Order: sequence, then C-alpha cells, then structure tokens
Amino acid sequence: MILTVEHVTTYRYDLPVRGVVQSHRLTPSVFDGQRTLRWEISVSDGIHGGGFRDGAGDWVQTCSVLGPVDQIEVRVSGEVETQDLAGVLRGHRELVPPLAYLRDTIPTHPDIALTELGRQAVAGAQDPLDRAHRLSSAVAGAIAYTPGSTDAHTSAAEALALGQGVCQDHAHALIAAARSQGMPARYVSGYLHATEEDDLHEAAHAWAEIFVDGLGWVGFDPANRCCPDARYIRLGSGYDAQDAAPIRGTARGGGAEHLDVDVAVKAAQQ
Amino acid sequence: MLSRTADNLYWIARYMERAETAARLLEVGARIALLPDDGHGYRSEWDSVLRASGTADGFARKYGDPVQRNIESYLFLDRDNPSSVASCVTAARENARIVRTGLTTQVWDALNSGFQEMRELERSPRSELDLGRLVDWTRRQTAMVRGAIDATQLRNDGYDFLNIGHYLERADSTARLLDVKYYVLLPRADFVGSGLDNYQWSTLLRALSAHRAFHWAYGGEVTAAKIAHFLILNPQSPRSLLAAVQGLNAHLDRLARGYGRSTPAQTRARALLGELAETRVEDVFEEGLHDFLTRFIREVAGIGALVHEAYLSGDVR
Amino acid sequence: MVPGRAKAAALPETCATATAAGPLQPVRAVKLVPLPLYWSHVVNETGNIVPDHFNEMFADGQVRPPYARLEDWVAAMPAELRSLKQTEAEALFRRIGITFAVYGEGGDPDRLIPFCMFPRVFSNSEWRRLERGIRQRARALNAFLVDVYGRGEILRAGLIPAALVHRNAAFEKAAVGFVPPRGVFSHVVGVDLVRTGPDEFFVLEDNCRTPSGVSYMLENREIMMRMFPALFRENRIEPVDHYPSALRRTLASVAPAKCDRDPTIVILTPGHFNSAYYEHSFLADLMGVELVEGQDLFVEGEYVWMRTTEGPKRVDVIYRRIDDAYLDPLCFRPDSMLGVPGLMDVYRSGGVTIASAPGAGVADDKAIYTFVPEMIRFYLGEEPILKNVPTWQCGKADDLKYVLERLPELVVKEVHGSGGYGMLVGPAATAEQVAAFRDRIVANPGNYIAQPTLALSTCPTFVEQGIAPRHVDLRPYCLVGERVELVPGGLTRVALKEGCLVVNSSQGGGVKDTWVLAE
Repeated sequence: MILTVEHVTTYRYDLPVRGVVQSHRLTPSVFDGQRTLRWEISVSDGIHGGGFRDGAGDWVQTCSVLGPVDQIEVRVSGEVETQDLAGVLRGHRELVPPLAYLRDTIPTHPDIALTELGRQAVAGAQDPLDRAHRLSSAVAGAIAYTPGSTDAHTSAAEALALGQGVCQDHAHALIAAARSQGMPARYVSGYLHATEEDDLHEAAHAWAEIFVDGLGWVGFDPANRCCPDARYIRLGSGYDAQDAAPIRGTARGGGAEHLDVDVAVKAAQQ
Repeated sequence: MLSRTADNLYWIARYMERAETAARLLEVGARIALLPDDGHGYRSEWDSVLRASGTADGFARKYGDPVQRNIESYLFLDRDNPSSVASCVTAARENARIVRTGLTTQVWDALNSGFQEMRELERSPRSELDLGRLVDWTRRQTAMVRGAIDATQLRNDGYDFLNIGHYLERADSTARLLDVKYYVLLPRADFVGSGLDNYQWSTLLRALSAHRAFHWAYGGEVTAAKIAHFLILNPQSPRSLLAAVQGLNAHLDRLARGYGRSTPAQTRARALLGELAETRVEDVFEEGLHDFLTRFIREVAGIGALVHEAYLSGDVR
Repeated sequence: MVPGRAKAAALPETCATATAAGPLQPVRAVKLVPLPLYWSHVVNETGNIVPDHFNEMFADGQVRPPYARLEDWVAAMPAELRSLKQTEAEALFRRIGITFAVYGEGGDPDRLIPFCMFPRVFSNSEWRRLERGIRQRARALNAFLVDVYGRGEILRAGLIPAALVHRNAAFEKAAVGFVPPRGVFSHVVGVDLVRTGPDEFFVLEDNCRTPSGVSYMLENREIMMRMFPALFRENRIEPVDHYPSALRRTLASVAPAKCDRDPTIVILTPGHFNSAYYEHSFLADLMGVELVEGQDLFVEGEYVWMRTTEGPKRVDVIYRRIDDAYLDPLCFRPDSMLGVPGLMDVYRSGGVTIASAPGAGVADDKAIYTFVPEMIRFYLGEEPILKNVPTWQCGKADDLKYVLERLPELVVKEVHGSGGYGMLVGPAATAEQVAAFRDRIVANPGNYIAQPTLALSTCPTFVEQGIAPRHVDLRPYCLVGERVELVPGGLTRVALKEGCLVVNSSQGGGVKDTWVLAE
C-alpha cells in the first residue's frame, strides 16, 4: 500500500518567543514493513541541526528558530510504501536491549488495578505471543475509546480507573500491564490511514510494542483492536508518549502557546 | 565574558550605589524633618522621601501613614522593600558570591564583611539603631567596596561593567535626591528663594556629602541656581548628573573599543552627554526642575535597557 | 547478649545509623590511653588494652618511615601554637570562601568543613602501587561503559547478568549506540579506598559521574604550605597543584572530531545555590574556563553556544556537574530548568562532548561494583591490583539469607545511595535500629548490598585533648582522556569523633592534606 502524509503542526504564541529548539522524531522507521518514497520536513524560519539515528533505531533531527517569532509551522509531507507484517517489526536495526524497556515511568506506572488486569489477562496463555495478544485485548476491553475523556497528562492508571481514553491511554495501559508481567513494552508514535468505513479516525496515532521472545518487537493497537498493518506508518518509540513524541521542543518567552495539528493520511492511487 | 557574569558585576555596583542612595535619602528626610513644620509643606517631608525613592506605594501597603520610625525601618532594614539598604547589601553580596572568582579578595572581603555586619545589625534591638549610626555605616561600607574595586580590580571588560552599573545607578540616584526638593515644596511657589528653601537646598548638599565641596566651588550665598548647577551640570562635582554620564560614556566607549563594535547603548549615552553639556542651569529651571529630572531619569533607564539588551541578556548577535 | 553489640550501642548516635566500614570483628570504642601518645588502642570488656586498627604512623612500637619527620614537628608544637595555627587555618579557609553545605539539610550554607593539620602520608612505593591499581580500574570501567552501550560482549560472555545492567536505573537508553570521543565515558574517576594494614587496601566504591572534593585536595595543600613551609622543605612532597591544568588537558583531548581549533571548555554547574558551587567556581578559575549555568548555553544548528557579551561563542567540551536527568529537558526530565534544551541531540550528533558522558553512572552502581575485578580480567587481561570489599547482593536469595542472619556485624548500603545516607553500620547500631533496617531490606532486597565491617586504618589527628588516632579513607582522582593519569595525592577524609567510622563530610567528617613522598 502506498500512503501519503500531510502533517502540519502550528505553534502560535501570544507573545513573540526566541530561541526555539525542537527535537524531531518525524522520519519513518526503516524496517521491512515500510519503505520511504519521499519525505520532507520543513520548519518556518528553522535552522537544521545535527541529525542522527539513535540506539532505538529512530532518526532524530534537531531544529532551532532564532526568533523572535509568534508562530512556527512544522510541515511534514511524504509518501511511504507499506506492507502488512502482522505487527512484527522485522528488519528493524536497533541496539537498545529489550530489558531496558521494563523501566517504570510516571504515565506507565502499573498500579494494583493494572497489575491485576495484566495478571488475569495472561493467565492460561499458551506462549509469549498469546500473552501479548491477551494483554492487548484486555486493555481494549477495559478502556473505551472516548475522545475528550482524558488529556495529554492522564496516566495509564487514571485512564483504567476512568474506563475511557484515547489511543495514548490505550498504549500506556498496555505498556504498564505488559511490564507488570515482566514483558518489555514501549510506546510507538506514527500515522494511521483510516478509511471511510472505519469507526476510528486518528490519523496521528500511537500504539504499543511488546517484546516477544522469538519474534522480537510486535506492535499492538488496543484502540483499534488489531496489530499494525499496511495502514500504519511507524515513526519512533520510547518509554512513554513523551519519550516517543514526534516533536519535543521549548521556547523562551512569556506568553501562552496554542497548538494546532492537522494530519491527513491518504492511500495513493495505485 | 559570559553575559551572566557581566550582569552580576553590573548589579553588584548598582546595588551598592542603591544602598547608599537609600541611606542618603533617609538623611535628607531626617534633616528636613528637624525644621519647625508650620504646616506649609506640600505633605510630610517623609512622604516626599518615599516618593522620590519610588517606594511610596510599597510603603503605604505595608505601613499606611508615613511615620519616621517606620520609614527608617522600611528604607533600611525591610527585606520586603527591594531598595532597602539590607536588601541591596544582600543582593550585592549574592551577586558577588556567584562571580566570586572574578573579584579580587579585597572586593569580596568588603562585600562579604558588609553583609555579615548587616546581619549583626539586624540582630540588634531596633532601639539601639539610631539613624545616624545606620547612615554612617552604609556610607562606610559602600565607600569600602568602591575603593576596593578602584584599587584592585583588573581593568578588563568586567571593570567596565562594574562601572557602567555604578554610574547608571548614581545618575538615577542623584536625580532622585534632587527631586525630593520638588515634592517637599511643590504647591507653594512663594517659598522659592525663602530661608526655608535655602535651608532645604543645603540639607541636600549635606546629605550628598557635598557641602564643603560646594563652597569651594562657588562660595557666597547658597542659591537654588548654584546648587542645581553643582549637582546637575558641574563636571567637578562627583555626584553631578554630568559627571555620572561622563563616567558612563567613558566605560561604554572603552567596552566598544575593546570589543571592536559599538551598540545603540553607546549612541544613546553619547546623545545624553551632548545634551547635558549644552544645557545651562536656566534651561533646567525653564523646563521645570521636576520635569527635567523626570525626563533624565527616564533617559537613564532607557540606556540601562539598551545595555541589558546589548551585553547582559546574552541575546546579542 | 552479644558482647560487641553492648559496647557499640554506647557509641554516639550520629555514628550508629550512618556509614562506612569497621573491623572484621565488631567495632569497639577506641580509647586513647595516656602513655604512648596518639597510639591506637582498644580497651576491651575486661579493661585490658589490645591494639586494634592499623595505625598509619606507628607500627610495632616504631614510627613508620613516611611519618618519620612529623614526630619532631608535632613535638615542637605546644598546644598554644597548635591552637593558634588552627585558628589561622580556619581564617584562611573562610577568607578563600570554602564552605560546605549538606544536601537537603538546610542549615548554614557557609559552614566550614573541619580541617585537620596533621597530614596523611604515603611513601612513594605505596603510592606507585595504588596508582597502578587505580589507573587499571579507571581503564576497565571505561571499557565496560563502551561495551555495555555497544555490543555488550561482557554480558554475552555471561560474566555479568544482563538484567543487572539493562534494568539498572543508571543505564541510559539515550546513550546506547554512541561512542564518545576516545571511547571515554568517565573522565574523572574517583576511587574511594580504605586501608586495613601495611599492604592492605580495599576499594569501597567507584565514582564515575562527577566525584566531588578535589578542591579540598588543592586547598588543603595550599594552606599547609602557607602555614608550615618548613615541613615542605624537610619532606620532599610530590606537588598536586597541576591538577587543574591536567584536567583541562584531559578535557581538551576529548573534544569532538568536528572541533578543528583549540577547544572551548566550560564547567556546567546547577547554580550558586548548590552546595558544591564553591568547588565549581574554584575549578573553573584555576582551569581558566567559564563556569556556566544551563541558561548560559543554548543550542542552535549543529552546536552548543554560550551567551557572552560579545555574542554567541561555540562550546566544544562541557564538564558538567549536574545529573543526567537534568541535562536536557527535551531528552530527560521535561521540568528541568538546569539543563540545556537540545543538548543531547548535539552530543549524539557529535557537536559537543559531555564529561562525564551521559550514562556513565551505570559503572559506579553498587550492584555493578562487585564485578569490577571481572571487568579488569575481561577487558585488560590483567589481574586486579586493588581488592574489592566482599559484597553480598541482597537481591540474591542466598545472599539475603546470609545478610539477615549477620546484620549486626555488617555494613548495609542502598544500591543508589551516597554521602553516608541510608546506611546501616551494624556493629555501631542499636538493636532497634538493626530491626528497623531489617524491615527495610526485607521490603525491597534488591535495593541493598552488604559488606563486612572493615578495620579502617587510623591516622594521628588533632583533637580537643591533643592528638589521637582517627579513622581515615582516601579518594584520589584519576583523569581519563588521551592519557590516564592521576596527581600524587587525593582527598583524605577523617572521622573526627572518637571510634567513629563515618568519614563523610555530610556526617561531620573532616579533611586532611594527603602527602606522597618523592623518591
């Protein structure tokens, strides 16, 4: 499948800001499931900094804006050929050991309820892959997809208690539950091509990966009750949403920041 | 040099000069208050001191009516007043601690021992702290710091930033002290030239430790015009506005030469110096002393902002 | 009733819950007896005098050779002169501005660290052996860091459990796959040593991040030279004052490949409220480099820049004295105000060197410490010159059982603790304290390690009543860059309370000048 992405992030500032620095994880991962045909990232008034592939295999690129400016636009435009690997991250080169992804973070901290959810989910599972699938189903069943019910700072434990959330909460909850059962898990950010007949329309998307012995990293998307397939584009990973964020940045200035994100992922004519 | 280091040096000098200003303002207030009050003044003399120092609002919020003892506390000991002697001495010492290695031992000793003595004073019963003692102490401390800087600091850009801070603050301070006169006598034009008027002028001179210097320079009767000339336009008078602006220009120019480039701060400081050099004392009174001083204070603040932008903020390219 | 415990309980409270090592037998209070001055003795239960800890000045009734000339010096110093000199020393410290504040304790930030004028002396041959051992250790620790952030050979070889490294809180994901210039992660390795006999040295712990205290090494020497110049004429003492230039040279040698000029080096401090600020500014001054805070630096394009009065100036090497977590809010803690946004991106794309490198902490972790001898054999193919203290990992069931059975004899430490906090010195603790600590260990065994209480050596020390033996340790500073070197000396810390084994300055310890005699 060939997917095109148009992704525009606009930061508006009430008062002009200076010294904007952003760290971008906005380039598609390199693995057997996707091949980048065209990819451009531009930042208004931006100066490109050092870029490198980090230990987790993500391309990280720094960008700075001198300012003063009252608006910054980050525009991503590209085309990626994808294929369905049933969620398996095959052919992805990375050095970070899976065990490092057992680390607790605040949003993915497993409280008693999450640990219990994980424990019940894996009971009776045949093998590690089965355990991962059961964990994903359990999280999908426990948290109803409800846009607007949570915010960027909601933790996995809070989302589970609420019984509602969005893809970020699903991913956090799955990571927490998996780690509580000793399975390394991580947060993945990317894009999703949602078709007309789908119920879900989250073009800027997030899901989780669980390390399965014998298979390696396998993606699970509890929000859509499936594993990533040809409709998904993978950008990068981290311990949690913040660590895996496509854009992390700061600016010096006194005013409030307003954020607009516009994403369109379309299937190209074949 | 690191912009933040320059900023610390600049503020050491500003805070020490500001501490001295607070003490001198207290002295002016105390001396004027010694005059029999026949109810003709615009307001209480003490109120005028607060207004000239720009701390009237803060004081009113905390204490209400201007009573001498409260004003003494507020201008000297009160940490809630960022311009009090205690606040300034503490802030100067903290700035110095940050750039400790950029100062000579003598300068650090002067600032540090001043701070330690200040803490002793704060622990003393308030009844033992009479105004004269506090004012003398402050004058001595600031003179020691100033002397140590002059005698021992390396003549590099750091020295320029110390001096730029010093002269900017001094220009502001002399202007504010002069302005006390305006607030004391505002509504009664018929007082101008009276005995009371002259007494107040000479009080100002004493507070600036410039009484004898004035007589050396002018002799004869104390008149408003002579004093205004002395404190505003006479380059021989170390506290005059002209002398402060000259000092400011000298160090800004040194900096520009050393760095091989000039900034808007130099341009504007030079313009102010040019204007003062052309000004006659009659021009000042024609414009109105208060209006002239208000304009001057604003101009000095403007140069301070440009110095910050060009050197201290770290945003310069 | 356990005899040793009853005695130990009588020790001052401050010692009991604190730190450090003691004898293989339970520690007893060291009593000074009147006859042979500054002679280490222990009065046992029956009142008999038995020699105890190794005294570095006296052995077998003789003055050991390195201390030979100090005997006359002490003899020629009456109490009045000594007290005069002590006052003079303190005035000098205050003048210079050396003060020390204890983390998290508030209190007076201008407190002086106690300085003992009686020097601690090593012979040249003693030092050469220590030096070889320390350099060996510093090389192995750096090889380990390059390995675990790369291919992980030592883990594949099964010599260290992978989980111990990869699940370690100090293992930095962001450091994986990046090799710092010259393969150096830890540019200043502080190795904490204790001595138990003439040739017996043990490494207590390694400090690979930013070992502090080097300013005391330099200032103690400076003050001793000012006060007792004659001592330095009579004894040929190796100098230490080239440390700042050696550190500067070390840091310059690890500038990034992109740096094609004389590198600009800075020291990054958390700020003037930090208890070690004095040391930061002192070092910056002696090295002739800028002392910066996070706000003084910014990232633009491929580099890190410093804000100066003449515009931006590029920075090539950052000697940082702040923790990994605060280095860069875009990579680590987003709420950090101390760091530089984007710094880690510049670092990982080769635009700047950070010393110590992010992630270096995994090598000085107390759980990893056990394996340093293995590292030395694996990476260097050498036998370790310095010994480790036998260590039990409470995370292992067998070890835990052993430790809980012998708690009153052992020293127990938190894996990530430092500064003498969160430790139990079993022999010096009350039964209640031991019981309380037992509960903490049982609740989270993986967080604790235990060691036997070592018989720390003593060094004559000036105390109120005269001169008495006090326990000491040693922290030399090994520099790792193009070369691996250390200046002959270090920081000797001394427990000033009688019988106390706590040397940490945060626990009331003092410092001494440390001499290495020239050949």
